[in-house]
Amino acid sequence: MTLEVSGKTYETDEEGYLADLGDWSKEIAEYMAKEDDCDLTENHWEVINFLREYYEEYQIAPAVRVLTKAIGRKLGKDKGNSKYLYELFPYGPAKQACKYAGLPKPTGCV
Amino acid sequence: MSDPVVKKFMYINRRAPYGTIYAVEGLEVVLIGAAFEQDVCMAFVDDGVYQLKKNQDTSELEIKNFSPAYRALGDYDVNRLYVERESLEARGLGAEDLMELTYEDEDDDWAEKPSVKIVDREELANLIAEQDVILNF
Repeated sequence: MTLEVSGKTYETDEEGYLADLGDWSKEIAEYMAKEDDCDLTENHWEVINFLREYYEEYQIAPAVRVLTKAIGRKLGKDKGNSKYLYELFPYGPAKQACKYAGLPKPTGCV
Repeated sequence: MSDPVVKKFMYINRRAPYGTIYAVEGLEVVLIGAAFEQDVCMAFVDDGVYQLKKNQDTSELEIKNFSPAYRALGDYDVNRLYVERESLEARGLGAEDLMELTYEDEDDDWAEKPSVKIVDREELANLIAEQDVILNF
């Protein structure tokens, strides 16, 4: 599959995750979110940026349980819970946020 | 509902990290399996000890260096990584050649503790004998 943003074409897998992490830009994230009828707020970006840092460090996209725990540690308990994260990313915090972050689908996500 | 059954799982890694897909796929199985909240440990024997070698550099191989992912194991509650002493010694390696992998102990005020434990062949044999499920990669 491919994705077209501002006249440029990007390779994606069959579920719309970017094939090449290096292609990522904020614009692509915003485009993907719009397709899902999701408006990216500061709170969304906080999670997306966190995921990009996590991937940079560990070379994997974390499972939702791990993401929730790690967000809680970094951004506080009021954000490190599934209710908060599912409100931001109703299609599944790890799955949907990883897609906007340009990462592969999280390990352990079916 | 009855309590879920928790079994003792050991993933045994015997192969070098690159050249075959076993190491990276084996690690992926461990990370996926962690979601089932079983009692999980990993063992590294034979060329498998190279998987935990520090300062891996795959640039010449043109494949991804996945070794940073072992550092995420603690987040997945996989906190016991046994490395066979005889396998290390046969390859001229020691504890100082391995990545420093840690986890945060929930029951001890999140103190950071080492995950890697070097055990001799006999100890490892005893650990293997205690397991309910053994998966070889």
